[in-house]
Amino acid sequence: MKLKLGDHSNAPNDHSRVMREQFGIRTTGEQYVIALAGNPNVGKSTVFNALTGLHQHTGNWPGKTVDNAQGHYSYRNKSFLLVDLPGTYSLLAHSVEEEIARDFICFGQPDATIVVLDATSLERNLNLALQVMEISSKVIICVNLIDEARKKKLSINFGELEKELGVPIVPTAARNGEGLSDLQKAVYSMVVEKKKTWPKQIPYSEEVEQAISALLPKVEALSLASLVNPKWLALRLLDSDVSFIETISRYAATQPQKTVASQRQGGEFIL
Amino acid sequence: MSTLNPLDPLLKIYSDTESVRLSSGTPIADRVVTDIFAYTEKLTQRVVLREDCLQTSWKDNIDKIVISRVFGYPLMLLLLGTVFWLTIAGANVPSAMIASVLFAFQDVLTHWFQLVQAPAWLHGVLVLGMYRTLAWVTAVMLPPMAIFFPLFTLLEDLGYLPRVAFNLDNMFKKANACGKQCLTMCMGFGCNAAGVVAARIIDSPRERLIAILTNNFVPCNGRFPTLIAIASIFMASTLFLSQSLLAAGMITLLVLLGVAFTFAVSWTLSKTILKGEPSSLVLELPPYRLPKVGAVFYRSLIDRTIFVLRRALVVAAPAGALTWILANVYIGNVSVIAYIAGVLDPIAKAIGLDGFILMAFILGLPANEIVVPILLMSYLSTGQLTEFNSLFELKKVLLANGWTWLTAFNTMLFALLHWPCATTLLSMYKETGSKKWTFMGFIIPTVIAFSVCFIIAQAAYLLGLV
Repeated sequence: MKLKLGDHSNAPNDHSRVMREQFGIRTTGEQYVIALAGNPNVGKSTVFNALTGLHQHTGNWPGKTVDNAQGHYSYRNKSFLLVDLPGTYSLLAHSVEEEIARDFICFGQPDATIVVLDATSLERNLNLALQVMEISSKVIICVNLIDEARKKKLSINFGELEKELGVPIVPTAARNGEGLSDLQKAVYSMVVEKKKTWPKQIPYSEEVEQAISALLPKVEALSLASLVNPKWLALRLLDSDVSFIETISRYAATQPQKTVASQRQGGEFIL
Repeated sequence: MSTLNPLDPLLKIYSDTESVRLSSGTPIADRVVTDIFAYTEKLTQRVVLREDCLQTSWKDNIDKIVISRVFGYPLMLLLLGTVFWLTIAGANVPSAMIASVLFAFQDVLTHWFQLVQAPAWLHGVLVLGMYRTLAWVTAVMLPPMAIFFPLFTLLEDLGYLPRVAFNLDNMFKKANACGKQCLTMCMGFGCNAAGVVAARIIDSPRERLIAILTNNFVPCNGRFPTLIAIASIFMASTLFLSQSLLAAGMITLLVLLGVAFTFAVSWTLSKTILKGEPSSLVLELPPYRLPKVGAVFYRSLIDRTIFVLRRALVVAAPAGALTWILANVYIGNVSVIAYIAGVLDPIAKAIGLDGFILMAFILGLPANEIVVPILLMSYLSTGQLTEFNSLFELKKVLLANGWTWLTAFNTMLFALLHWPCATTLLSMYKETGSKKWTFMGFIIPTVIAFSVCFIIAQAAYLLGLV
């Protein structure tokens, strides 16, 4: 991985641009990057096409065969680049699709992530949303297919859901264009107006929480802790997925040298 | 910049946490998933109001039994056993009927050949070779398939198969394999070649290879008739249980044994040449649906039964002719077939079979369906018996050729565990693109079949049981 690390004065901006370029994403000027995640078959592509009006081109992830679609739309004179991630059930398991989605949400540093859920099977779909919320606080939940839910006589208390999860919830029926302007508005207020969220953190059982708190001091000592949620990182350390730990490690290695140096110090401190 | 630097603080912490990961009974990763789902379940109950809750609770209750820890496995065994029992009990009568009709027609054919004064060798190749094998394959295979496939398709349509995968996922995880392997095994019941191709649904290349290499331990429908025929013949009825029940129990046990070998081999591969961690299974349990009876019958009879039968017949006809020729060409006093069987006999005896059985398995490489017909024909050609009219004559033929319970048992074991058929091997080569893995797919079951049969035969000889 050859990266020319130049001026470090505005390192975070540089860095996120470099990361995005690794994912095949080039933003033009003042463009916000919005990731679109969701289970397979929840109408994610319908949401994507409805928002972008089919202004999409397909790009390739570096080294991967799975295509990802990108498209843009404008809202109140701001430009948004929408990145359609592969459909996944979770970010925990280890298929190629899940890796791509996870790596992008984690390292691509999108300005916001929209998680599209199927209103008719919220229980299963919420799993992914909660996992994304563990990585990022800039999450908007789009509950799609509410027309089908109505047909199946399901009624969803969106207010209660929003209060519990602490992130914006937007009900849509993308097929009919229902709720899409609300979605755009929610994205706008999150990335442009910087509206705050309080994403609900999954309440784990005591055993897991204990394992996390035992690890947390060590993890927080890493400089990496400023880039990713330490609790989430601790959980990943408790998974038995060493390849992802290596990915995070590699990610840390692409940091500007100053950060790498301090990370080394952190390492010695722990040793 | 090496990412595997052991001094990397992150990797250091990772290896330090090894003890935490392994300490508790359930891995932390599994607890995390359980916790997330427990939370989403509670949350969903709070925010989603179902007006059709009556209907859903009824379906939820079915799943509480079908995929429960307590009832999941027994129910699975019961269903499997029932399917086999229905197959065996139901196939007996039509098999005998088809056999008597087809063999009666053989006499008619023979009569015609005599009328036109056809040479004896032509009558031999066409009638005693080809026709008789075809008749056997049809009589032995058609009725069980015509019962088994619709029943299996019925379970598939009901939505039961994904639940089996769900039940078995835990076991696959313990074997460091993927739960989806179960679905490829279900395909394997139909045809191992299809099972091997179905392994494409498994994402991880490591787990896909494991599924491909072990698919053979599920008896395909080419081997079922062999198992069913031998089990029905050699399970004598007792006071309490009918013969078909015993035979069904035997087949169920054999299938379980095959599954046990699948786990054992998957585990061994994961620990040796295909090291790695199992990936978790995300499976959408489809709603229970009432199967459309017409569609089930069409699909299972036309798509499967007729398709498989045609394939068997296409292979059986030339194989029958070839076997007849081999049985009727003499080197000195010995027919070629007896000669080959004689050469194989010492090896075969060591594993509780005889030379003819082993030769039938070798000649059956193109398709397992023809093993029994070839065996029968080679026995018959040695002059023990010349005619038989019903399926029950089969036992007489086998006993006359020195079969014991050990021969029967080991033949079934060998049929269950031995090398895959040529079509399956070809599919393995196409799927893996590697001669090495195809060879592994051949050699692993072969070694296992020989070893298991050898151990059982030697134990039986030593203990004087035979």
